[in-house]
Amino acid sequence: MTPPRTDTLEQALAENRFEWWNSVCELGRELKRDKPGLIGVILITSLVLMAVFAPYIAPHDPAAQDLTARLAPPVWYDKGTWDHMLGTDHLGRDVLSRSIHGARVSLWVGAAVVLCAGGFGVVMGLMAGYLGGRTDAFIMRWIDTQVAFPGLLLALIILAVIGPSLTTVVVVLALNGWMVYGRMTRSAVLSIRQSPYVEAAEVVGCRWPRILFRHILPNLTSPLLTLGILEFARIVLAEAALSFLGLGIQPPATSWGLDVAMGKNYMFMAWWLVTIPGCAIAVTVLAINLVASWLRLISDPQEREKQFARHMAKGMRKNMQAEIDKERQPETS
Amino acid sequence: MGRFIYRRLIHGLIVILGVTVIVFVVTRMVGDPVQVMLPLESTPEQRAAFEKKLGLDRPIPIQFLEFMGNMARLDFGDSLWQKRPAMDIVFEKLPMTILLTAVGIGFACVLAIPLGIIAALRPGGAVDRVTVFGSLLGLSVPQFWLGLLFIVVFAVQFKILPTSGAGTPSHILLPALTMGLPTLARLVMLVRSSMIDELNRQYVKTSFAKGLPFVRVVGLHALRNAGLPIMTLVGWEVIRSLAGYSVVVETVFAWPGIGLTAIQAIEREDLILIQAIVFTAAVCVVVINIAMDFIYKLIDPRLKLT
Repeated sequence: MTPPRTDTLEQALAENRFEWWNSVCELGRELKRDKPGLIGVILITSLVLMAVFAPYIAPHDPAAQDLTARLAPPVWYDKGTWDHMLGTDHLGRDVLSRSIHGARVSLWVGAAVVLCAGGFGVVMGLMAGYLGGRTDAFIMRWIDTQVAFPGLLLALIILAVIGPSLTTVVVVLALNGWMVYGRMTRSAVLSIRQSPYVEAAEVVGCRWPRILFRHILPNLTSPLLTLGILEFARIVLAEAALSFLGLGIQPPATSWGLDVAMGKNYMFMAWWLVTIPGCAIAVTVLAINLVASWLRLISDPQEREKQFARHMAKGMRKNMQAEIDKERQPETS
Repeated sequence: MGRFIYRRLIHGLIVILGVTVIVFVVTRMVGDPVQVMLPLESTPEQRAAFEKKLGLDRPIPIQFLEFMGNMARLDFGDSLWQKRPAMDIVFEKLPMTILLTAVGIGFACVLAIPLGIIAALRPGGAVDRVTVFGSLLGLSVPQFWLGLLFIVVFAVQFKILPTSGAGTPSHILLPALTMGLPTLARLVMLVRSSMIDELNRQYVKTSFAKGLPFVRVVGLHALRNAGLPIMTLVGWEVIRSLAGYSVVVETVFAWPGIGLTAIQAIEREDLILIQAIVFTAAVCVVVINIAMDFIYKLIDPRLKLT
C-alpha cells in the first residue's frame, strides 16, 4: 500500500503527530506487561513533576531557618508537628521542603551532564567511526588515554581550585564521562556505514555531516537512549557524592548529598536528617535503573525474541492444558 | 609479545604525562599557588620568599621542566601540611587503601560468583528475581549513605563494631562491606547475564549429554568461558577504587588511606601532596591495566595481545 499523499504542511504534521502518538501508545502497552518498568516510569514522572513544581509543593522555604524549632522530629513522634512533617534540621529548616527542592538540583545536574557529555561523545564517536583514518586514531587514542585517568581525583582537584558551583560540577562530570558515548557510537557507526542506504547517500552526493546526522544518527537512538538513562543514574549518585564531600553544590543551595553531609553530625540524635535525603537519592536512582533495564529489554531484539518465545510457550501450554481438560471431561462425567 | 609490552608502556607513559600536565596546568595557571597556600594576611615579602622557595618566580616552561624532572625522581618536595616529603606520606597511606580494596572487592567476588551462577541456573525463577532486584537496589543506594547506615546499625545500635579509624582487624569490616556492596551488585548482574548466555551454548548441552557431573560443567566449563567479562569488571573495580573512588568510603569511616589523605590535602590546599597523590593514582591505574592484559591472556590463550 502506498502512503496517502499529503498536500499541505498541516496535513503532514497531523499525520506525523498521529504516528508519534501511536508509538507512545505502543510503548504504554509494552509497559503494562513489565511491572518494575511501570513503577520506574511512574516514579520518575512524579519526581520530575515534583522538581518542576517544587516552590508550589514545598510547605516551607528550604532555606528558611527557625532556631526555636531546631531538630524537631517527624510527625509520628510525640514532639512532632504537622507543620514540619518530616522534622527539621539543626538550623530549624524543614526537611521535607529541602528534600523536594533537592530533587531539582539532582535531576538538573543529571540532565545537563547527560546532554553535554552525550552530545560531545556522540559527535566524537560519529566522526571517529565515519571518517576513519587519522581522525579515528586520534579520537580513539584520546579516549583510551582519558579512560585511564584517575577521573574522580582530577575532578576533585579541579573543583577545589576553580571553586565548586552548579556549573563547574556539570562541566567536570561531563568532561569525565563523555568517553562511554564516544566508544559506543563509534562501534555502531562502523557497522552501519557499510549498509546500502549509507552508500546510496554517498553516491547521491550527500556531504558527510548530512550522512552522519540524517542517515546514521537516527539508527543509534535506542542504544544511546538506554546508555543515557544509565549514565543519568550514575551522575545523580556522583553529584550526591561530590556534594557530600563538600566539593559539589554549595550551602545556600540545597542538594540531597549536601543534606546528608550536614545531617551526619547530628546522626545519633536525629536519624531523619540523614535517612530522608539518602532515601530520596536511592529511590530516584532505583527508578532510573528500573526504567533503563526495561528499555534495554524492549530495545534488544534478542531479548524480545526470548520474551516472545516465552509468551508463545505459555499460550501453547495453556491450550494443551485446555485440550487435555476437554478430553478428560467426558471420562469424569 | 615484546611489541605489546612496548606499546602498553608507551601508552602508560602518555597517560601519566597527561595526568601530570593537567595537574600542573590546573594548579599553576588556573589557580595561583601562592595565594592558595599562604594565609590572606601574609605580607608581600613573605609571598616573594615563598615563591622563591617553590621556584614559582621563574618562567612557566622552566618550572614545568623542573616539575617533570622531580617527578621522574619521585621527589615532589615537602608537604606543606605535614612538613615532610610528600611521597613518604603517600607510601605510608597507599597500603591501607590497597588493603581496604582487596578485602572489599575480595568479599564481593566470593559472594557474587556463586550468587550469579545460582540465579543464572533458573532465569526468571524466584532466586533470580530476588537476586536481580537486590542488585538493582545495591546499585541505587549511595555509598556514603550506606556507610552511615552501617555505622548507625552496627556501631551505635548494637555496639559490635567500631565506628571509624583503623587498627584492629574488626575496624576493616564496615568500610570493606560498604566498599564491596556496590561492586557485589554490579558483579552479580554480570555473572548472571554471562552465565545465562554461556549455559545456552551447545557445548554445555554436549557436556551434560555425555554425562559430565553438573558441578564440573557449570563450575569449570561454563564459568571459565564466562570469565573474561567478569575479570574485566573486577579489574575495573580495583582500578576505580585505587584511582580515587575510595575517597567516599574512607571519608565516612576515617580510614587512613590515600583517598582520605587526598581530601584532607585538598581541604588544606596542600598542592604538593595533591600532585604526589594524583601521580601515584595514575601509576596504579597504568600498572593494573597492564597486569589485567596479562591475566586475560592466562584465562583465554586464544587472545592475541596487540
